[in-house]
Amino acid sequence: MKIMVAVKRVVDYAVKIRVKPDKSGVETKNVKMSMNPFCEIALEEALRIKESGKASEVIAVSMGPAQCIDTLRTGLAMGADRAIHVSTDAPLFPLSVAKLLKALVEAENPGLLILGKQAIDDDCNQTGQMVAGLLKWPQGTFASKVILDKEKQVVEVDREVDGGLETLSLDLPAVITTDLRLNQPRYATLPNIMKAKSKVIKKVTPEELNMEIKPDLELVEVTEPPKRKAGVILSSVDELIDKLKNEAHVL
Amino acid sequence: MSTLVVAEHEGGSINQSSLSAIAAAGAISEGNSISVLLAGSGSSLQEAASHAASSLPSVSQVLVADSDILTHPLAEPWADLVHLVQQKGSYSHIVSSSSSFGKNILPRAAALLDVSPITDVIRVSGPRLFVRPIYAGNALCTVQYTGADPCMLTIRATSFALPQMPAESKSHAAPISQVDLSTFSEVALGKSRWLKHTSLEIERPDLGNARIVVTGGRGLKSAENFKLLEKLAENLGAAVGATRAAVDDGYVPNELQVGQTGKIVAPELYMAFGVSGAIQHLAGMRDSKVIVAVNKDGDAPIFQVADYGLVGDLFQVIPELLEKLPGKK
Repeated sequence: MKIMVAVKRVVDYAVKIRVKPDKSGVETKNVKMSMNPFCEIALEEALRIKESGKASEVIAVSMGPAQCIDTLRTGLAMGADRAIHVSTDAPLFPLSVAKLLKALVEAENPGLLILGKQAIDDDCNQTGQMVAGLLKWPQGTFASKVILDKEKQVVEVDREVDGGLETLSLDLPAVITTDLRLNQPRYATLPNIMKAKSKVIKKVTPEELNMEIKPDLELVEVTEPPKRKAGVILSSVDELIDKLKNEAHVL
Repeated sequence: MSTLVVAEHEGGSINQSSLSAIAAAGAISEGNSISVLLAGSGSSLQEAASHAASSLPSVSQVLVADSDILTHPLAEPWADLVHLVQQKGSYSHIVSSSSSFGKNILPRAAALLDVSPITDVIRVSGPRLFVRPIYAGNALCTVQYTGADPCMLTIRATSFALPQMPAESKSHAAPISQVDLSTFSEVALGKSRWLKHTSLEIERPDLGNARIVVTGGRGLKSAENFKLLEKLAENLGAAVGATRAAVDDGYVPNELQVGQTGKIVAPELYMAFGVSGAIQHLAGMRDSKVIVAVNKDGDAPIFQVADYGLVGDLFQVIPELLEKLPGKK
């Protein structure tokens, strides 16, 4: 069984982002870019399933401009066997990504498609659910535990939901999206980084996948959130209680 | 303009977050006709339907889908249901709350309808113009939906005031109709099974809509110490929250996590103890009305968003608060 993992290149989680003065978006020039942390968790999970002998191959895929190759290279250094880059400069919203993923899934026939539950740039939390819908596959979103039963061809998924944990059993093939506590992703070691240089990254275009990218969303503007006005530092618990009672009126 | 609100219900009434979704639907346009879709099985579903029909003046219709397949919130039948109801009702908008339920189901339904959903909307600026946070709330993005109907949204419950809930009156009663499930497509059904749901049973207000939230971070140092915070919450009638660090270290279960990937809260009073204030955490609480921070480190970023800061040892501050703010009981 193959496992396909979608990975996204985003502004590194530790970078303090800056909104562009012309409100057209967030500054990404000369900013450190990394693999979306949730995608790292997705890839780690795929690698662990393969290492347990339940999968034969892990394929990392990414979409967007040429720089996505860096992210795929990171994925290969973590341990993915090969990679596919859907090369496009068009703006990609989750619906287009889901359609492109569907086309890749149909070409590769993986038994599992694993994605991060959301990207930390647009915070959409949509793509996994959408591609599952398009493929008519069952979905286990926000996974914090994944147990694959190869014999029965089912996967049991613990999901982090508002009121606790929910456990589902899904027939394969299935889509899983990963939450933070699923695993701790590995670091790529130097030998593996060297090895990754000889692994194959196949390039395809949306046209080759018979996909025309037609966004139905328009980004109007990106602005800074309103700032909270500076607060005060108090000197004692008594003062705090007094402020909360008599100034803020919340106690 | 007509809007379908995909609602959640529990114990015979509509969830608070779904009431916020109804409020958001009301903001889409004047005279917007609002239909509420409720699904599940059994008597609590029918109860929730009559409750919605009689107590929500802005609702013009309640649709009920009663089927064993819909007893649990599995995405596959639910997304098919939304698809089916949309084909019959041709709504201009479909709205649900950004709860784990809404986030799981709405995008899948949107893919079936071939439209882009817009998640986590915090402001409706026009019928097709919405504001949503990106980068963990460090930027706000205004998006225009330019596609075909329906325009699909999940809304952040803390950003939309609950609609007025008059006492149940005979004068207003929206019609309740049953969804005809005879053509329910079963392509993706049967491929997923709901096994169980586990949660901690606590007698405290729900984190999502509590008036006061007290949160602990790594500064609490242990699960044992978190009990101190729980005692304070009890005295204040507050919900307990936690940072990712505190959850990762096993002090409390994940469902208490506040932040970019956890719960988004906006209580009247948010008290953070031993919380450094990582941007991912701030994303989950920055809309709170009053923020209090107690931290040993005077340079902790949490102080930049706090209305009242106290630089000190929480192991001294919490006991003092417990002593000076005794419980009501």
